[in-house]
Amino acid sequence: MIAFKMPSLGADMEAGTLVEWRKSVGDQISHGDIIADVETQKGLIEIEVFDDGIIERFMVEEGAKVPVGTVLAMIRPVDEKPQKLEVSEAPEEIKKKSVEQAHQTNAKRLKITPLAKRMATDNKIDYGKLKGTGPEGEIVKKDVEKAIEELAVSGTSPKVSPIEKQPIPSSTSQINVPSQKSIRAAVAAAMTKSKREIPHYYLEKKIDMSKSLDWLRKTNEDRPIQKRLLSAVLFIKAVASSIEEVPEINGVWEDELVIKNEINIGFVLSLRGGGIIVPAIKNADLKSIDEIMEWLNEIIPRARAFKLRSSDLSEATITLTSIGEGGADKVFGIIYPPQIAIIGLGNVIDEAIVENGMVGIRPVLHATLAGDHRATDGLVGSRFLDALNKNLQNPEEL
Amino acid sequence: MKEAEILNIVYGLLKQVAPETDPSSLTLDENIRESLNIDSYDALQFIVALSEKLGVDIPEKDYGQTGNLKNLLIYLEKRLH
Repeated sequence: MIAFKMPSLGADMEAGTLVEWRKSVGDQISHGDIIADVETQKGLIEIEVFDDGIIERFMVEEGAKVPVGTVLAMIRPVDEKPQKLEVSEAPEEIKKKSVEQAHQTNAKRLKITPLAKRMATDNKIDYGKLKGTGPEGEIVKKDVEKAIEELAVSGTSPKVSPIEKQPIPSSTSQINVPSQKSIRAAVAAAMTKSKREIPHYYLEKKIDMSKSLDWLRKTNEDRPIQKRLLSAVLFIKAVASSIEEVPEINGVWEDELVIKNEINIGFVLSLRGGGIIVPAIKNADLKSIDEIMEWLNEIIPRARAFKLRSSDLSEATITLTSIGEGGADKVFGIIYPPQIAIIGLGNVIDEAIVENGMVGIRPVLHATLAGDHRATDGLVGSRFLDALNKNLQNPEEL
Repeated sequence: MKEAEILNIVYGLLKQVAPETDPSSLTLDENIRESLNIDSYDALQFIVALSEKLGVDIPEKDYGQTGNLKNLLIYLEKRLH
């Protein structure tokens, strides 16, 4: 039997509220399936399972707030032989239970999850009229979302220009959006923990971006506008390649350095209302430049709408923060625990650079690295920045 | 297409990338990205949307001409005619 626990979605998460089960007892589930919605300080997150099996039992009721690591459900693996015999009996049991529940449904006439009820009430939707598509006909979040969408469509004249009328904020996103206070609290918790526990060291390297920017310009010239690349893509790819050369910088601190084989880069996104969210691009070293751009196109709108899944927010092995055009020239990051390094890229600015005894004006990137001195020494960080410089001088090879 | 129409489209698309702002309060020579706090990702989304809506290609080398409303309108009129 596998105990499925409340996952940690970053150093800032201590507890989560199980808002809605998306599966029922007896359901067959497989790796990557969304089993529940959990409310955290950073909004509503879809929680995925990592095992194949059958849900034996729920250990936590909808609406309960539980600490990270609490067992949420028991999952019976499908591939266990002795268990297979039981499986043949199980459906009976499940059937009985479903029948029982179905009776209950008839008796109560209406089953609705707490989240769906709250959303319906907030949006003045008569949930008595909704058709539930959840387990045993229960009305779930999806059903209310559909009703809200239908209401929004029928309630808006298509001729109204977006300027005259503010776009109706989707109420589903409204319910997902955590308060400014809770986002700040999440950032505060993680950063305080980091500064309290991690002895940071800081390094900086100036990188001549002429070749990278030329390459980017030429690449984009040949591309239709929808396929153009942002410099962030090149940065992510260059960081991934540099980690391959200096793998000691990629890992977590668990009373000792644990170097990770997977290169999952947490990419800092700022939220329009303030605060940050850090989804991770998995196996960035194995992704092409175009795949990284596709990831950005997919993740940024989802992150800003607070529609992330558990796998987007866990498993980062290093963090990259890029200030972007027009911002500060340098950024010295604070490590996101339990990771051991954060890379900071500033705004690219024209600066005087000395090369072969001659002074020239070049676009310059100030790349920094904050490292955990318990895990690595400055030499490792320095080798990483050297590798990053080298990779950005050869963009065509990335 | 009249300038006012183009301007309305620009306002609408800016509102999409920066929903909590009021693009119509921008002055003609104000830096759009700075004033509405638009990052490079959103800037690209805006250019893509503008290009699709107006049916004009906006090459990357011309992005510099889209910095404020005055330059953007001159540029778009040129591309449209």
